[in-house]
Amino acid sequence: MKRRTLLTTALAASGAGLTLAACGAGEDPLAADPSTEDAATDALVIGSANFPENELLAEMYAQVLEASGVEVERNFGIGSREIYLRALQDGSIDLIPEYSGALLAAVSEGGVPEDVSTPEEVYEALEDALPDGLTVLEQAEAQNKDSLTVTRATAEQYGLTSIADLAPVAGQLTAGGAPEFAERYQGLVGLKEVYGVEFAGYRPLDVGGPLTVQALLDGDVQVANLFTTDSSIETNDLVVLEDPEDLFLAENVVPLISAARGNAQIAAVLNAFSETLTTEKLTEYLARVQVDKESVAEVASAYLEANPIEPAAAG
Amino acid sequence: MDPHGRTEGLTRVEDTPYLLDPARWSGPGSIPQLVLAHLGYTGLALLAGVLIAFPLGLLIGHTGRGAWLAINAGNAGRALPTLGLLMLLVTLMGLGVLPVLIALVVLVVPPILTSTYAGLRSVDRAAVDAARGMGMRPLQVLFGVEVPMALPVLFSGLRAAALQVVATATVAAAVGLGGLGRLLIDGLAVNDYGRVVAGAVVVAVLAIALDVLLALVQRAVVSPGLTGRRSRRTRGRRRPDTPAQSRLDADLA
Amino acid sequence: MIDYLRGSSGVVLDALAQHVVLAVVPLLIGALLALPVGYLGVRFPRLYQPLMGLSGIVYSIPSLAVFVTLPYLLGTRILSPVNIVVALAVYTLALMARTVADGLRSVDPALAEAATAMGYRRTRRLLEVELPLALPVVLAGARVAAVSNISLVSVGALIGVGGLGELFTRGFQLDYAEPIVTGIVLTLLLAAVADLLLVLLQRWATPWTRTAGRKG
Repeated sequence: MKRRTLLTTALAASGAGLTLAACGAGEDPLAADPSTEDAATDALVIGSANFPENELLAEMYAQVLEASGVEVERNFGIGSREIYLRALQDGSIDLIPEYSGALLAAVSEGGVPEDVSTPEEVYEALEDALPDGLTVLEQAEAQNKDSLTVTRATAEQYGLTSIADLAPVAGQLTAGGAPEFAERYQGLVGLKEVYGVEFAGYRPLDVGGPLTVQALLDGDVQVANLFTTDSSIETNDLVVLEDPEDLFLAENVVPLISAARGNAQIAAVLNAFSETLTTEKLTEYLARVQVDKESVAEVASAYLEANPIEPAAAG
Repeated sequence: MDPHGRTEGLTRVEDTPYLLDPARWSGPGSIPQLVLAHLGYTGLALLAGVLIAFPLGLLIGHTGRGAWLAINAGNAGRALPTLGLLMLLVTLMGLGVLPVLIALVVLVVPPILTSTYAGLRSVDRAAVDAARGMGMRPLQVLFGVEVPMALPVLFSGLRAAALQVVATATVAAAVGLGGLGRLLIDGLAVNDYGRVVAGAVVVAVLAIALDVLLALVQRAVVSPGLTGRRSRRTRGRRRPDTPAQSRLDADLA
Repeated sequence: MIDYLRGSSGVVLDALAQHVVLAVVPLLIGALLALPVGYLGVRFPRLYQPLMGLSGIVYSIPSLAVFVTLPYLLGTRILSPVNIVVALAVYTLALMARTVADGLRSVDPALAEAATAMGYRRTRRLLEVELPLALPVVLAGARVAAVSNISLVSVGALIGVGGLGELFTRGFQLDYAEPIVTGIVLTLLLAAVADLLLVLLQRWATPWTRTAGRKG
């Protein structure tokens, strides 16, 4: 008799306690200032998008900051830009590696201004276009651009060297890539406006990942949206189509950080890191993750060992 | 840009709600096309699952051997993460419909197996004995008496499985295929909350419609003598005909 | 496989820990809320069918849709694990309200009457007689809900909060089976452990079923 009452009461009590705890945790975001929650831990939350290269960059940021004594928290694999920009703005994350041109296109209402295409121009426009509360640190030389890529066979069959060459034959071809590519200006929308390229169909696959590569190699799609640092381009002798109109702008790797959370030390460390990053190195280390299947943490620390930042900047 | 909406700051704003926009109802990637693909995955998975699990359940329920398989299949099957299985299959087999079908069939088999077994077990022994006494052969007893009497439990298992498959078939979109999951995944990718909700609504409606359909089939197929529809005299205990009850009966056995 | 486990043990363990929390908390919340809700379905018989129908509908909504929509409904941050917890608690509630109601209905009315005859009033009778007798059915429902939650948490990986599910997406993006297999195996192990713990709980909480012999 007593044991059953005890059990029922115990369940009730623990449940009530947990419910209160959960309500407590749930109420924090509804409170006025998200940063008060972080103030308790004071850790910088670093996020990443849902593809390996961004995760590698985020892990590099995390490790280089930790080495300088900054406390960080990792929150990787979030999703597309549309999602993690929301996360940045509501305080779920504080810092994320971004790509200058794509970010500029995303935050510019009415599209990117016409005369902007070089890394410097893009960066300047970006500083102006960012909403309040977000800011960028110095950008790296390394770029990873969106691209339209075809197999060598397709390139030879239709005589393709640049995206402009696609215009007359696109109606016979199917393209594939990330789901968001279909609706972005730096995607099908801009391809139609700038190049007059309209494909017969578009297959939403993954974010420049193995599904897209496989579909391209199998012929399920003839044109794929891949990232220029992707090792599969070299491995499979794929052809990246040139972009004479600069639809896919300069895409320098740049840290995007919540203005409230940035400080001189973080800026100094990340800027010093960005100075070391070139496209060749990024491609090389990314291959270790994509092809050799090494863990992101291992590859990031290998990079930082091979490319130490200036001691003065580490503070 | 997109005639259906625009980007305001960082969020996509649709001009008309997704389901009411006529352009979404025709052409490639349209809602009817997604529904058809979704029903295709669901139907094929249910068919294949029943073909595998029903005979197996009959065998186990009739002979009484291998009961541990029928009882524990339910738990193990529920524990297997379909998304993970699907991603593993695609990684090993490549892109295509087959990995999706295999993953969904793995989802369907346990509840059908468990409910077939539980249904046979729930049949009144007296009826089986009477049938044998009348001279019916074993197969005649099985299909003439046991299966018809087990139908309510069988159907509740089938309906539970159908519900699960319709909701889970949305994962096909995570590996580049079609179906209503496209609304969820693509909506998520472009931060279009309206599209995600539209996807959820259509899936829920589809699931309910399928359940109603199966309920009608159940009504037509199950003997009225079992459901006690005509006898108003008997109050109190009712036959187990909810999926929860049949699942639990099997779990507790 | 060994290389993978050695190199990524930190990631795997973090994912496992997050997974446990995200599955257990909603189970407890949902189970607790299911007690009064299931009871209402029995106390007011007209509520039973609508309650069952509603829980069926809730179960047919794909979990990913709920995870993504909740931030708008609750005002939580998009990456907050609270979204997962609330969604899974609702699923647990939907499932266990049924089993609580069915469990209470399966109690022999003669026993309830005997309790009333002994002087038990409604509440005490509920807590000390009917609920304990319904426990086998309720805990069987809890086992189903626990295993189901453990499986559903991984879907959260599609929005970046998925416990072991993150191993699935990671492996998938790299065309690498090892993380996926690790995630699946750990999920199954976790489900087996949860199931076992609940079975042990049931044995401890309902000692009379051990010696009472078989049902039917």
